[in-house]
Amino acid sequence: MIEELLKFFGSPSNREMVLDALAEHTYLSLVPLLLGFLVALPIGRLAQRVYWLRGMLLGAANVFYTIPSLALYVLIPGLFGWPLLSSNNVVIALTIYTAALLVRPTLDALESVPGHVTAAATAMGYRTGRSFLTVELPLAVPAIASGVRVASVSSISLVSLGALIGTGGLGKLFTDGFQRWYPAQVLIGIVLTVLLALVVDLLLVGLWRLITPWTRAGGRVLPS
Amino acid sequence: MIEFQSVHKQYGNGTVAVQDLSLTVEAGTITVLVGPSGCGKTTLMRMVNRMIDPSSGSVLLDGTDIRERDPARLRRGIGYVIQQAGLFPHRTVLDNVATVPRLFGNSRRDARRRAAELLERVGLPNDLGKRYPVQLSGGQQQRVGVARALAADPPVLLMDEPFSAVDPVVRADLQDELLRLQDELGKTVLFVTHDIDEAIKLGDRVAVLRQGGYLAQYAAPDDLLAEPADDFVTSFVGRDRGYRRLSFLDSQGVCPEQADTIRIGDTSADVPSRAGWVLALDHERRPRGWLLPDATVDGQLTENQLLAGGSLYTEGTSLRGALDAALSAPSGLGVVVDADGAYVGVVTARHVLDLIESRRRSVTTEGAVP
Repeated sequence: MIEELLKFFGSPSNREMVLDALAEHTYLSLVPLLLGFLVALPIGRLAQRVYWLRGMLLGAANVFYTIPSLALYVLIPGLFGWPLLSSNNVVIALTIYTAALLVRPTLDALESVPGHVTAAATAMGYRTGRSFLTVELPLAVPAIASGVRVASVSSISLVSLGALIGTGGLGKLFTDGFQRWYPAQVLIGIVLTVLLALVVDLLLVGLWRLITPWTRAGGRVLPS
Repeated sequence: MIEFQSVHKQYGNGTVAVQDLSLTVEAGTITVLVGPSGCGKTTLMRMVNRMIDPSSGSVLLDGTDIRERDPARLRRGIGYVIQQAGLFPHRTVLDNVATVPRLFGNSRRDARRRAAELLERVGLPNDLGKRYPVQLSGGQQQRVGVARALAADPPVLLMDEPFSAVDPVVRADLQDELLRLQDELGKTVLFVTHDIDEAIKLGDRVAVLRQGGYLAQYAAPDDLLAEPADDFVTSFVGRDRGYRRLSFLDSQGVCPEQADTIRIGDTSADVPSRAGWVLALDHERRPRGWLLPDATVDGQLTENQLLAGGSLYTEGTSLRGALDAALSAPSGLGVVVDADGAYVGVVTARHVLDLIESRRRSVTTEGAVP
């Protein structure tokens, strides 16, 4: 096996192919993660503020999440009139998935902000928008973060499926590797996908730690 | 000055929170809204900064109807101390206090400098500013809450049960601190509590509300204790209102007598020969406890040989403290101390009661309303 791997990486064109696939996979999974979050945030906020809409929005999110991803990959080009192989299809499909996945955690996170804190913000003279961006959202970050971590793993694994309809990413290494019965290539695809998921997760955890210093201040009361 | 003019609040489900209520809060005074839960006191207070709008009637702030004001701007000019302090957990103490100056558009540096002044003013050490609220005790958090409400120097301060979540000792400290601040600042304070003792201690005027949002009585605390308007107020101010009212009787006429005293470290030779209670003092003349009548001292007098004393009465404070000192002392002699805590003399309960009786007689003979 090691021999096969060395042989595989011995070819410059193979190395280039793997790096391209990795770069494309990263792009195809992280862009929808960001877009999905930006879509889920206002929906979560709306569900929080408008009580009668809540059930409808959560229901819709669940329905979108149950549509098989492969079906979406095929459906979206039909709806937008794009070629079947466009990577936009994957980006849009995964944005929908990420958003559907994140609506619930976003709502829960916003709900978890203590009432006396939001009341204090109002009483201090914050307008609704500024209160949301500078008080409620920062306090919701720790709870939203766990949702985003799940969504990142889901997004990275779903990009691989795009290979079945011929779009790029590490999934191409599987489909191609299976067709030509080239186990080294399949193995590289699997290992890189897992590594990508791990690295992205680590980066996300680091980001949360950076932007939520108060969560590490600890509950202990220091002597004055 | 805050004026509530026939304000009424009814919710969609028919619940009436405030019932056609009129009330004037004088500028520069502390007015306390007190009552059991569901009496509408918080609703009434939140009408002042438009967190709740009345269904009918109006609220005037210095003569202007607050409905003409933009809510967010109005609120920046009204300090608000909320239950549980309501501090922003993700901001340092300093940035919490700097909140309203920042909303007014001050630079971060100016706002923080102002915040540091405020922390000092409410008695918090400067280095506390860098901490997060979770690292503070309940009492410290409340002080930060007060500092935050005062940061933009608003003329009006709303306080919604600010001290209800801290233990009684800390609460008493915070109350004293508020009265001290109020002496310096002279804000128009509207204070909500369910604790009648707190209302009587803090209020220049006290409004007692009862369930359904009715104003039962609006009076100075002394009058509230002397003449409760109805059975509800009578039961709400409590059974020992006669005793509590002594808080409003000044110390005029209190004549301390001298008791036999001894110093810690003295020997049996120094025990006064007269058979009676002997008060032990330390070297700064502060009372430490009592020696039983006819007690002997082995070697030098130590604190272990003493019976713990009762509460101490500080010269010049109300008669409530004098009577309590006499009642709580094992000897029946209430110890009077000066402002530094040094021994002045003793009073008996009989002496305090005679004083109360003679005051009552003089009031009656002068024909004034008691």
